[in-house]
Amino acid sequence: MFDDKPETTRMNMIQAIRDAQDVMLGKDENVVVFGEDVGYFGGVFRCTEGLQAKYGKQRVFDAPISESGIVGAAIGMGAYGLRPCVEVQFADYVFPAYDQISQEAARLRYRSNGQFTAPLVIRMPTGGGIFGGQTHSQSPETLFTHVSGLKTVIPSNPYDAKGMLIASIEDDDPVIFLEPKRLYNGPFDGHHDKPVVPWSKHPKGEVPTGHYTVPLGKADIVREGKDVTILAYGTMVFVAETAANETGIDAEIIDLRSLLPLDIETIVESVKKTGRCVIVHEATITSGFGGELSALVQEECFYHLEAPIERVAGWDTPYPHAQEWHYFPGPARVGEALKSVMEAV
Amino acid sequence: MTREENDYAPLKLHVPEPPVRPGDTPTFDKFEVPEAGSVRKPPIDTDFDDIRDLGFDIIRVLDDEGKAVGPWAEDISDEQLQAGLRAMMRTRAFDERMLKAQRQGKTSFYIQCTGEEAIATGHQLALRQGDMNFPTYRQQGLLLAQDMDLGRMMNQIYSNEKDELRGRQLPVLYSFKEEGFFTISGNLSTQYIQAVGWAMASAIKGDTKVASAWIGDGATAEGDFHTALVFASVYKPPVILNVVDNQWAISSFHGIAGAESSTFAERAHGYGLPSLRVDGNDWVAVYAASRWAIERARRGHGPTMIEWVTYRAGAHSTSDDPSKYRPKTEHEAWPLGDPIKRMKQHLIARGLWSEERHTQAEAQYADEMREAAIEAESNGTLHDGPGPSAAEMFEQVYKDVPPHLRRQRQKMGI
Repeated sequence: MFDDKPETTRMNMIQAIRDAQDVMLGKDENVVVFGEDVGYFGGVFRCTEGLQAKYGKQRVFDAPISESGIVGAAIGMGAYGLRPCVEVQFADYVFPAYDQISQEAARLRYRSNGQFTAPLVIRMPTGGGIFGGQTHSQSPETLFTHVSGLKTVIPSNPYDAKGMLIASIEDDDPVIFLEPKRLYNGPFDGHHDKPVVPWSKHPKGEVPTGHYTVPLGKADIVREGKDVTILAYGTMVFVAETAANETGIDAEIIDLRSLLPLDIETIVESVKKTGRCVIVHEATITSGFGGELSALVQEECFYHLEAPIERVAGWDTPYPHAQEWHYFPGPARVGEALKSVMEAV
Repeated sequence: MTREENDYAPLKLHVPEPPVRPGDTPTFDKFEVPEAGSVRKPPIDTDFDDIRDLGFDIIRVLDDEGKAVGPWAEDISDEQLQAGLRAMMRTRAFDERMLKAQRQGKTSFYIQCTGEEAIATGHQLALRQGDMNFPTYRQQGLLLAQDMDLGRMMNQIYSNEKDELRGRQLPVLYSFKEEGFFTISGNLSTQYIQAVGWAMASAIKGDTKVASAWIGDGATAEGDFHTALVFASVYKPPVILNVVDNQWAISSFHGIAGAESSTFAERAHGYGLPSLRVDGNDWVAVYAASRWAIERARRGHGPTMIEWVTYRAGAHSTSDDPSKYRPKTEHEAWPLGDPIKRMKQHLIARGLWSEERHTQAEAQYADEMREAAIEAESNGTLHDGPGPSAAEMFEQVYKDVPPHLRRQRQKMGI
């Protein structure tokens, strides 16, 4: 956070993520960046472009196609004293590393009583809406929020992406950093028939140069309202905004940003004010993060609720290809849920 | 094509079986024991291609008479040899005492390393302060070879009020950072790639520290074994990739892990990594081979895999009964013998040890362990006496206790 108005540059989310790594590579010589195609080529999404040329192969390098190897090696480096920021090319491919993430990175501190820690960031592009089919669209956040010892975060815009990635690299706990790839080049509200608007036309595309942080564990109220609280993160923040505008329902939209630790206070304060709650995420609904949010809201706000909590989420199927827009929870489905909670007595 | 026209015999799944089972006479007749001193000692900057044969042979120093022979016997001081025997004897005495403590209900679980004492103790004495081991649960010898406070190990086994891991971790899954002993995980093989990562970090920082990775024969079948070899091969960091082949993974003989007709050492060749295969019950060979691989790593010549050929003489753990799957006396038939007996024979032949000193030392270490155990037990045992508080359960999940854990802790009323 700054005292004076900082210098800013227009960036898309890719550039913001790249810039965060640039800032941290420059600031802390223990930061290293690696993953598949991350070095010379600069990443399949360009998120590490130019970093190897600037910092050298000892700091930024290509890795074999082995997610458990990338995360396992990063854990060893963290135990030595480095701060690895590694990339898994798609969140859909994190599963070979799940043992290393859930049983090792998450527990190193606990089982060694703080002798060894895993100050890593594991970046991974997540989410659908890009015709990615079954293995380029998944949203596996619940598999991480269910693991004690991990922090799981997901930014929705360039400003947050840079500030949160810097905060994650500086954090001493392992952080799962999910990047909604649908938002890399511009905000997306689910209206796939309309042309994409680039981040340069959006206020959150105005990103400070240099070092700043957006604290983990703090939600952001992106739209104030009094009728209903929408809990969303990632791409769904923009879908929710559009659904609110299209239905004319005065919804308060909370971008959670950080799923664990969760900003429960902001959520509870909002639902107590509105008395209604709709939860939106791309991930499949059963045992999804919306289940956890719904339970928490029910526990904390039961006597303030005027309608059952609604969840709008991906269907309980693998992510399909041709049926992309039937699967993706777009503004129409969110709008229906908003109307439904408003009609309930 | 009709069924009659099919001239192929029906296929059959091959499921390897150990040569003998309970009730049979133990035999290792298929296991070839090369003559001590017969394997050459290459320069440390050797190319892996020039020593491929060493992945099939067995480096041995001590012969049947206990004489140290061949190139691997050179340049080891008398003091170092005596330290090796003492470290092995203390490791065995520690195991015996803790096994008893488990039988007495003072702890829930214990894992002994009987018969494998030479490997960890010999390796540790070839390492330097600042190097890091990534051990499994059967390398307690790494700690006992050091001037380690026994009480610190026992407090962990008893999960008592002085347990440095605050009762959170199963007995023997130690963590001793200052002693170069990485936190042990229950999940097999994960540490193997972590060791490679640690060594990569040492190289990235321009350090001269080396990492030692440890894995058993059974766990080489895990994906992270392969992963570690790939990363070691690609980045050539200063790491020693130890494979302890004790022939058994709980009840599965090593044929089930893929060793029916191949060695573990030769696995390294496919990755362009050099490997040695060493008599794991020959302390002198263990020390010499470890020193060679460690020096090679520290001089920047890259990783080495070492297969330690040994036998798991005891039960897998205190929850295991080996008589259900292998002959009771199989360890007596093991061709490479007992590491302590062999070292004792060697030192006596050299005039550096005697039967009297051995008996004396055995009694002394038994006393040392008993006294350490009594002292540790005064800090509590698992079900008796003081232990870590329940509130500590919520600490060190994260650096700071987050709001949801604070709330859960309050819910417990603590």
